[in-house]
Amino acid sequence: MGPNRMINKEKRRNCICTLILIAAVLGICGFLEANKYSYSYAISIIERSMVYAVVAVSMNLVNGFTGLFSLGQAGFMALGAYVTAIFTIPVSQRASVYYISGINPVIAGIQLPIIVALILGGLVAAGVAALIGFPVLRLKSDYLAIATLGFAEIIRACIAAPQFDTITNGSYGLKSIPGFTNIFQPLALSVICIGLMVLLINSSYGRMFKAVREDEIAAEAMGINLFKTKELSFVISSFFAGVSGGMLAMFMRSIDSKTFQVALTYDILLIVVIGGIGSVTGSVIGAFIVTAGREILRFFDEPLMLGGVQVPLFRPGFRMVIFSILLMIVVLFYRKGLMGTNEFSWNGIFDFFKHPFKKKSKKMEGKA
Amino acid sequence: MNDNTQNVLSMQNVVMQFGGVRAIDNLSLDVNKGEIVALIGPNGAGKTTAFNCITGIYTPTSGMVSFNGKNLKGNSPDEITRLGIARTFQNIRLFSNLTVFDNVLIAKHLRAKDNVFTATLRLNHAEEKRMREETAQLLKEQGLYELKDEIASSLPYGLQRHLEIARALATQPELLLLDEPAAGMNPQETQELTDFIVKIRDQYKLSIFMIEHHMDLVMQISERIYVLNFGKLIAQGTPDEIQSNPEVIEAYLGGSEDA
Repeated sequence: MGPNRMINKEKRRNCICTLILIAAVLGICGFLEANKYSYSYAISIIERSMVYAVVAVSMNLVNGFTGLFSLGQAGFMALGAYVTAIFTIPVSQRASVYYISGINPVIAGIQLPIIVALILGGLVAAGVAALIGFPVLRLKSDYLAIATLGFAEIIRACIAAPQFDTITNGSYGLKSIPGFTNIFQPLALSVICIGLMVLLINSSYGRMFKAVREDEIAAEAMGINLFKTKELSFVISSFFAGVSGGMLAMFMRSIDSKTFQVALTYDILLIVVIGGIGSVTGSVIGAFIVTAGREILRFFDEPLMLGGVQVPLFRPGFRMVIFSILLMIVVLFYRKGLMGTNEFSWNGIFDFFKHPFKKKSKKMEGKA
Repeated sequence: MNDNTQNVLSMQNVVMQFGGVRAIDNLSLDVNKGEIVALIGPNGAGKTTAFNCITGIYTPTSGMVSFNGKNLKGNSPDEITRLGIARTFQNIRLFSNLTVFDNVLIAKHLRAKDNVFTATLRLNHAEEKRMREETAQLLKEQGLYELKDEIASSLPYGLQRHLEIARALATQPELLLLDEPAAGMNPQETQELTDFIVKIRDQYKLSIFMIEHHMDLVMQISERIYVLNFGKLIAQGTPDEIQSNPEVIEAYLGGSEDA
């Protein structure tokens, strides 16, 4: 009776905490939305973080849960972003967007609802990933990373190629993309996307991904088809990368191929590593920390006067030095990222406050 | 093959060549239903290579491996597991960072009827429930249920071996291949393992084919023994016949290799 009642009590407490958290998130978003003109800077940071959270979780699905070192995320985001952009720019404004080389008549008159365009963007990214997967998923570790990185650059180069000017507008990029009308749209989209990925990770297929990550030979001996499992993970991850690319296009409202350079993949990788490879909540927290951290540190770029003397280090670019140092500190002291492979849980939080000096509490280890 | 015994596994004239090296040279052997058969031989004799030929990790250069009369050529390791051959590994290969329960549960997915959509959207509760129940049942039978939430790599060595066998059993095999199950065990643990192998053979109606160096274990429970040296079969027979075979004694004691 005793332990049962304890568990029920914990359950009720966790339930209440979750409700409070949801209410708090909605409250904050509602407050920001109501005062959107005075908080536009904060809103843009939060929206960008939400978009990055989706793509970081999708990268974690492949890298952290399936153990495939893939660096193709920016390429798949580009596909999703361009598909979303091409099919959502209002028909009336297309002439002014494609003012240099004109628009391909096939797509000129097609305008899709935003949700349909986002899903289509995801599907295109997934389809391309399925094709790329055949050759590259036979590779392992660093070789796989280089191959996916290469393919991402090929995708980007194709988008920028003059031959596709009438579809992608080449190096001029696309603008007039309808943006989010309120903060709840990106919130809902990212919650749905991340929710679906969490359900997948905790399903029997997610367990198969983890088995492949842990030991490929043993996984095969347990009747798991390595190639099919890797391909599945890669394709699903790319689908969500595509959707997040579409979200990024909506957030930025204008995109060009330079947006999706390798640097974007590194940003996402940074989020995944900081948050913890193999932790969904880690990726979400990482997305917010990295995105917000960059902005909050901006004052290091401003000149600083101390007692009438200008401190020489404080000048544009210094922010990135500080940012890099902070990252190194995080990686040195939290070698497995902030969350390791643990997931956020209320029990973990409460245990942490009860025994703050215990290295690892048992309940935090629960879900790997 | 006798009329009253059913042949489960059969290797016929199997050759496995790596470049200029013949790791297995013209190996033929049989495992009959319900038998415990051992494959012994000095280090480097090609025993694990033989296992890898059976489980599809290697494709034999020539010769045929068949299981219940079906030629296994061209089947990938996962397909072979699906057909009913499970194995353990010489150096334990568990899913180290996952729990004991998940280690076994993963093996259960082999016979699941679901797809990625029904699994993600939880449309097929019955299937997931069945897998979890079967896993719990198997862990209880194996006396590992109390450890179900432990991380696999945190278990002591002997239990890791035990878990690896339990995980292999979860695929519902007909034939179980054990690659040095007693490696690193002390005499008492080896004795317990000996009884355990006979027990699971009877309980799960298995045929067992094992590689082993502990002669106590091999001689106690094997019905037949094959001896391999430098990839060639040098002897076969009952434990008594093997123990008195001069060629076997030569291979183990007189050769340049250490057994």
